[in-house]
Amino acid sequence: MPEHSSSRSSGFDRRAFMAGAAGSALVPMTARAAAQDAPPVTAQDPSLPVDVTLRVNGKDKRLSLDARTTVLDALREHLKLTGSKKGCDHGQCGACTVLIGDRRVVSCLTLALAAEGQEITTIEGLATDDHLHPMQQAFIDNDAFQCGYCTPGQIMSAIACVKEGHAGSDADIREYMSGNICRCAAYPNIVAAIKQAAPEIMKG
Amino acid sequence: MRPFSYQRVTDPDMAVQVLSAAAAANNPLTKAAAQPLAGGTTLIDLMKLDVMRPAAIVDINPLSEGWSAVDPGGESLRLGALAKMSDVAAHDEIQRNYPVVANSLKLAASAQLRNMATLGGNVMQRTRCSYFRDVSYENCNKRNPGSGCAAMDGVNRMHAVLGTSDQCIATYPGDFAQALIALDASIEITGRSGTRSMPFAELHKAPGNTPEIETTLQPGELISAFVIPGRWPRSVYLKARDRQSYEFALSSAAVALDVQDGTISDARVALGGVATVPWRAREAEALLKGQRFDDALAQRAADAAFADARGRQHNGFKIALGKRVVARALQQAVTMEI
Repeated sequence: MPEHSSSRSSGFDRRAFMAGAAGSALVPMTARAAAQDAPPVTAQDPSLPVDVTLRVNGKDKRLSLDARTTVLDALREHLKLTGSKKGCDHGQCGACTVLIGDRRVVSCLTLALAAEGQEITTIEGLATDDHLHPMQQAFIDNDAFQCGYCTPGQIMSAIACVKEGHAGSDADIREYMSGNICRCAAYPNIVAAIKQAAPEIMKG
Repeated sequence: MRPFSYQRVTDPDMAVQVLSAAAAANNPLTKAAAQPLAGGTTLIDLMKLDVMRPAAIVDINPLSEGWSAVDPGGESLRLGALAKMSDVAAHDEIQRNYPVVANSLKLAASAQLRNMATLGGNVMQRTRCSYFRDVSYENCNKRNPGSGCAAMDGVNRMHAVLGTSDQCIATYPGDFAQALIALDASIEITGRSGTRSMPFAELHKAPGNTPEIETTLQPGELISAFVIPGRWPRSVYLKARDRQSYEFALSSAAVALDVQDGTISDARVALGGVATVPWRAREAEALLKGQRFDDALAQRAADAAFADARGRQHNGFKIALGKRVVARALQQAVTMEI
């Protein structure tokens, strides 16, 4: 393995950085602020887990995570919410799409620590009681999947696509859904499902 | 991914302090021990690939309160560096008065990535050269200075034909940067001694003999805003790629024209997908200025833009494709209704 940018060859020591950063940042660890207001966080020892509270589908979840944990891994491995799928794990396929606030993002490139204080909505948070979300129902009605692996990401993305106002035409839907790859190529039925659900979602 | 410490900063001074303390004097900033985290769409990806190996991540997103404002009101357009690509692309006044800016952002990446990625991070994104991104290749002068270039005689279909050196032919992958460089944008940079301003054209460095040094930013410096002078309603971003959406450019053109009584009084042309850095085609602009538009003029301008282009084994097609993209973008700009 090339060692060109390791901490050793750059003449930079992790331990020294920890001490330096803790000294220079001068920010006390504050009590956790209300949602939407992410407090400063001081640098920690990378070998130790970090306490974080994630708000997922309306509930606060206290977790102790390695700083490297993405939102996707926090959901799947720590909260056992396996609806969000790991496809490429590099932000290229969209299978891991969730909403953070009202925005669709790829959870595989979002650090869990950076999502603190924000509302995360996953496929598991859509249905109410016995009623599927209109977009879930539309995917069933229109046979908008075959293997289903991309479907949770497609549905989360589709809901945002509609709310952004990008579902006005087939061309718009195709352009604004291009971040969700379907290996089974169910695309025509996905477009149909989004067109079916859009009016109901916009109605609120 | 290698272990790192995470910290979140809530004021620019703190970010600058931590980032500059972690930058070693003789290392490129991309190898500094602490890296700023904005949208994360490049950084986290490259950390997973083991291409970037920071010991510390400095989350600067809380700075967005002051650094994400968009002000298209006056004689210039000011864009905060932490504004999201999606928000700027969807902005009515930017779509109307700077379509080249809005469309360069809209045609990049996917809806999810545009929701995450910031303007500052977008211009700082690293090349998509497959040999740079794959650490199993030892020979990448960008990753391992002096190790050689696997792309030079490798699979180089996606690589650059302009601004290359015998050390590196990696393409600058972004779109927004072409709009910025075409419109003479400047950037505001926040660093240890306060804020300074610099032409955007001076941000990126062609590879030359030091492909590992990609920008002129100094240790601890962060881009805080972009400023575009004037208004450019007659402007176009045209992007040719292997598929219609969600793909990097094989060749793109940012074109902005001022046409008075049928004569081109000002012309801006920048090229993407074909060069190692955001590329201003001043030779093409010079040919266009003062002329009345016709297809022959567009062709001459396109030829001039690629006069110095040099292809390798697989990317020679980009020269022919790039000329057509420039000519078509010029035609679209001339005929668009404003």
